[in-house]
Formats: sequence, C-alpha cells, structure tokens
Amino acid sequence: MIKIEQITKSFGQLEVLKGISTEIGKGEVVAIIGPSGSGKSTLLRCINLLEVPTTGKIIINGQAITDPKANVMQIRQQIGMVFQHFHLFPHMTVLGNLTYAPMKVKGMSKDKAEKKAKELLARVGLSDKADVYPSRLSGGQKQRVAIARSLVMEPQIMLFDEPTSALDPEMVKEVLEVMKGLADTGMTMAIVTHEMRFAEEVADRILFLDGGRLVEEAAPADFFHHPTSERAKQFLEKVR
Amino acid sequence: MDWNFTQIVPYIPFIFEGIKVTIQVTLISVVLGFIWGSVLALIKISKLGPLNWLAVAYTSVFRGTPLILQLSFVYFATPQLTGYNISQWEAAVLTFTLNSAAYISETIRGGILAVDKGQWEAAKALGVPYRRMMLDIILPQGVKNILPALVNETIALLKESALVSTIGLADILQNANVVKGTTFRYFEPYIIAGALYYVMVMLLTWVARFVERRMRRSD
Repeated sequence: MIKIEQITKSFGQLEVLKGISTEIGKGEVVAIIGPSGSGKSTLLRCINLLEVPTTGKIIINGQAITDPKANVMQIRQQIGMVFQHFHLFPHMTVLGNLTYAPMKVKGMSKDKAEKKAKELLARVGLSDKADVYPSRLSGGQKQRVAIARSLVMEPQIMLFDEPTSALDPEMVKEVLEVMKGLADTGMTMAIVTHEMRFAEEVADRILFLDGGRLVEEAAPADFFHHPTSERAKQFLEKVR
Repeated sequence: MDWNFTQIVPYIPFIFEGIKVTIQVTLISVVLGFIWGSVLALIKISKLGPLNWLAVAYTSVFRGTPLILQLSFVYFATPQLTGYNISQWEAAVLTFTLNSAAYISETIRGGILAVDKGQWEAAKALGVPYRRMMLDIILPQGVKNILPALVNETIALLKESALVSTIGLADILQNANVVKGTTFRYFEPYIIAGALYYVMVMLLTWVARFVERRMRRSD
C-alpha cells in the first residue's frame, strides 16, 4: 500500500533521513521506534508530505506522491494524522472540529457530516462532549477527539506522531485503547511511539531507526526479544 | 475667567450632528481597512514575489508619510490627476481606509505568524486547501490574538478622523470650528467637542472589553 524507496531528507546541512526504504501493507500496523533525533517523526511526516523528501520516492496505492505534479491536497485527504500536541481547532466546538473538513474539503452536507461525527464521537467514548470547546477537555479526551477528527475523513491510512507523549500517565491508556480498537478494524497504521509494550502488543512490525537509518525491521516478538543489531540491543536495555 | 455656556446652548445640537460623520468615517474606514489590511497581510506572508514586494512598499509609504498630507493629496490631487471631482466624504473614507489598512496589515501579519504552527499542520494534514485554511482556521485565531490591537487602531482612527475638518467635512471638530466662527467663543465649543470624542473613545473601550471576553469563551 505504501512503498518508500530510498528517501532522504535534509534540513540545510543536517541530513535527518539517510536513505530509508520499506513497505507498509494494507491493514498492517507498523510501529516506528528509536532514540530521539533518529528521524522517526520526519519519516512519518514524509508520508503525508508535511515534509517533502529531498530525494527518493514514496508510492501510495501505485501513485508516486513525491512526484512534483501530484495533487497534495487529495493525497492528504486519504491519510489521517494524529499529532503529539493534538492541534484541535480551539475556536470550534468538538463537533465543529469533526465536521469542518468533511464539509469544507469533501463537500459533505451538514446533516451527513454531523451524523458521521457523532458516530465517531461515540466510538471514542465522547458523545457527551460534542458541544464543548477543546479547552474544556483533558489531554486524553483531546487526543481521542483528534483521532475522531481524522477518521471522519475516512482515511485509508492513519499516521500517529507520538500520540501519547504529551499526556499525563493516567490518560495514556484511554488513547492507546482507541488506537488498538482502530487497529482491530483493519486500518493501515504507522505509529511513532515510545510505548514499547503497546508497540509489542499491537504492531505487526517494528521499524527501528537510528541516526536517520533504518537499522532493524522485524516482527515485534523478534525485535523485542532477539534484536539482531547492537544499536537496538543498547536501546532496548535503556528503555526497559 | 471668562466662560459661559448659555450662549453656546443653541449650537450644541449642531456640534452633535458632527458625530454622525465622525462615526461613519471611522467605522467604514476601519471595516474596509480591515478587509484590505487582511488581503495585504496574506500577500505579505505568502511567497508571491512582486506582489509581496508591492504590499511591503505600500505599507512603508503609508506609514512613512503624514496622514494629513495623504488626506490633502487624495482630496486635492485626485481631481487634478483624474478629472474626477472627489467629494470630501469620499476622500476622507478613501484616505483613512488606505492608511489604516497599512497599519492593520502589519498587526494582522503578526497575529497570523503567532498562530501555533501545529494549527497549520493539522489543517494541511486534513487536506484543507491553503485559501480555506487561512480564512477558516488561521485568520480567526490570528485576529483573536490581535483584537486589543485592532480596537486600539479603531480608537486612534476615531481621533485622527478629526483631520477631515481640514478638508471641510462636517465632523465634530469641523462643526465646533463653525460654532467658534459664529459666536467668537473658543473654550466652550472645543470643550464640548473634546468631551464627545472622549465619551466615544470610552464607549469603544468598553465594547472592546466585552467582545474580548466573549471571544475568550473558547479558551
């Protein structure tokens, strides 16, 4: 579904990604882990072109999105993204946050958008919060709304950029449960995370990045219990 | 001390009539100035090359020359240059719009740049096109940040609108001038005019506080 071919990304002199290739299949859940500064987030952000790779190709469903002529807006509509700091629209209610893009970007009718938004709010357990502003929500609630906001667009792929890193510990679980539920529905997901246990439990595959390179790529059981690279061994010793 | 309001009393309604012109010129200019200033601000933060350069030059000229000169220029030079006999009212609104847009555009630009980068990214990630993103997501938040500055601009404009008396438009100050000329009293008409401006500014300040409080509801 997603094919990443030899992508590099430089910010000025700094080369953050040094040639990464991998594939993510339909319905696959991939966890991207690694020390900070390893390029995890940059890799993820390349998939919806929030960062444009300096060289290399990304192909989604046969379409080369890194082609300069590609329709970036249309590609992004098919890819949901959840951020570390939620980024809900503060001047809109929760319902407004959810219905904005379907109505204004996809041209969905108000009734239809609201119906869909309410279904998704129910799914993330926040039906009672439809009419409040984001500032009234806890971090965990904000992140669940953010997930629902992405899902109303009916994306084929969901990207998560450290979705629980800004949360108080007691709120991490509610967000991870929503994500787990989403993975169970067969959604294709790429998740940058520091939640090792979650990665082990939910991911189909682990990508371990270090210094802008894909150092190890393995099934969770293999990666967490029998890492092959020295770097991954050191990393796992420190985080567990 | 020589002061006596009784002689002025019959002229008070005449001075009050000037309120209409003062408010009209101020409000129309501030609304049009806001719209034009928003356009200028959006051009300035875009990467539109020559257009961008023009917007910057525009702002620089309007902020770098005296307002009274701009007003005289528009009123007196327009007929000479174009043959169009511009009215005092048109000249006043046009000048104040063009001038306030220059100041407002800088304020809005600052407000837009102060909006969290994450808001831009969230909108982009949802596939929202640039124009929609600016109008629906970024501008409303940017404007909220700068609301107090915008009210200050309106207050400044209200006071500066007294300059229209120099081209003979019948605002509060101009009418006070007329009363002065008729009665040869100076203190009383100017005190009344001053009080009118002051009350209007206070009202505006009060409205601003109210609006700001309402907009903070979502915080």
